Amino acid sequence: MSEYNFAYLDEQTKRMIRRAILKGLAVPGYQVPFASREMPMPYGWGTGGVQVSAATLTPDDTFKVIDQGADDTTNAVSIRKFFENTARVATTEETEKATVIQTRHRIPEAKLREDQIIVYQVPIPEPLRFLEPRETETRKMHSLEEYGLMHVKLYEDISQHGAISTAYAYPVKVSGRYVMDPSPIPKFDNPKLEMDAIQLFGAGREQRIYAVPPHTKVVSLDFEDYPFEATKADHPCDLCGAEDSYLDEVIMDDAGSRMFVCSDTDYCRSRREAGHVGQLAEENAA
Amino acid sequence: MAAQTQFSGGFENVPVQAAHAFRAAMTVMARPGEIRRLSGSVPPAPLSMAAGTLLLTLCDPETKVHLAGDVDCDAVRKWLTFHTGAPIVPAGHADFAVGAWDALSPLNAYSIGTPDYPDRSATLIVECDQLEQSGAVLSGPGIKDTARLSLPGVPALQSNAVLYPLGCDFFFTCGDKVAAMPRSTQIRTGG
Repeated sequence: MSEYNFAYLDEQTKRMIRRAILKGLAVPGYQVPFASREMPMPYGWGTGGVQVSAATLTPDDTFKVIDQGADDTTNAVSIRKFFENTARVATTEETEKATVIQTRHRIPEAKLREDQIIVYQVPIPEPLRFLEPRETETRKMHSLEEYGLMHVKLYEDISQHGAISTAYAYPVKVSGRYVMDPSPIPKFDNPKLEMDAIQLFGAGREQRIYAVPPHTKVVSLDFEDYPFEATKADHPCDLCGAEDSYLDEVIMDDAGSRMFVCSDTDYCRSRREAGHVGQLAEENAA
Repeated sequence: MAAQTQFSGGFENVPVQAAHAFRAAMTVMARPGEIRRLSGSVPPAPLSMAAGTLLLTLCDPETKVHLAGDVDCDAVRKWLTFHTGAPIVPAGHADFAVGAWDALSPLNAYSIGTPDYPDRSATLIVECDQLEQSGAVLSGPGIKDTARLSLPGVPALQSNAVLYPLGCDFFFTCGDKVAAMPRSTQIRTGG
């Protein structure tokens, strides 16, 4: 595969992305515009994350890709293969062993370390976009720190549903200044946004890069009388018995029977290998 | 080894060396106070290896560079032009500026971005005589509790931090060592 430059992108493109990443780290939560390139995969498949990963990877890295927590879904497999082919980096499914993790819509359950980097794929980077469609206006709202509209939206949730019903892409305020879309991670993952690893966010179609440095204050927006709650299905994992991990609900048949399994496949596998057994795994074994 | 010319001293394997250099630069910008090694280029004097490597990693015809003080010499101009193609401009137009602290000062000469686009600000590469994890006390994003870094001109850097989210961002270079401090870092003089 000597036809490709290392990590697919040409050097000038990587420099442009790298400059945007540095400015993003300097102003945590602010969306830096960048000249997103056409990638050999459709928008919505993580072209922003792929470009950020391409600009970040070195040949010494071990790369992991997850899609909704899973290493074995189409999106994750194809992006992992893409970098195996174009960057020749080592890949892994184990969170512990990875140095760069590209993710769609989840943060791994295992605590990330100082030497790790997590790259999020972002569909709509602008948290105010569904409240105000005009880019000129949302840009002004960010510059004036005018975020009242977002609180009105959360308040309307409470007045209609009795609780803040936003369950994913839950807005956060970064380092006391910018309101940021944490990408469509479940709000269960929001408390993990204050972590030891470097967090980079790439939105390919919307042409934005943003970042959260390690140990940066990330506060989920809420009200004094309706505090933020990180919720998950009230059930242990049916395969590994974990009570602390985010769960996917899987429909098993036409009769409506269902099972709950860890969305983080690596976490679930490592727990089962360590001998933890969930309710349905026991039945299968019997 | 052949004498230093404008054509020598670039990366030998651009994609790989630039990737390693960027990772070091990103790590120090994300963790103010940390010091990393940055090598790969052999720039002409008086540019340090770290500053030269940063310029090769981040600059190209799209970035305007300001050379301050004794860095603004024929050898550096020719070297930078050959390897990056970056236009050399006065301080007020610069995306990147490189030089000693006194030559780069005053900071109000540089672009600090606009309220709509705070990213459109200058990044200053400050050549230092020493770079150690001592002196001024830093806190803010990227720092667990506090960090220490030998900073030049603390009052000017404090005034820059007050401008947040506007302001300049800084790399500090010394030989092959690099550290960084974005505008988001709060600075106290060390006791």
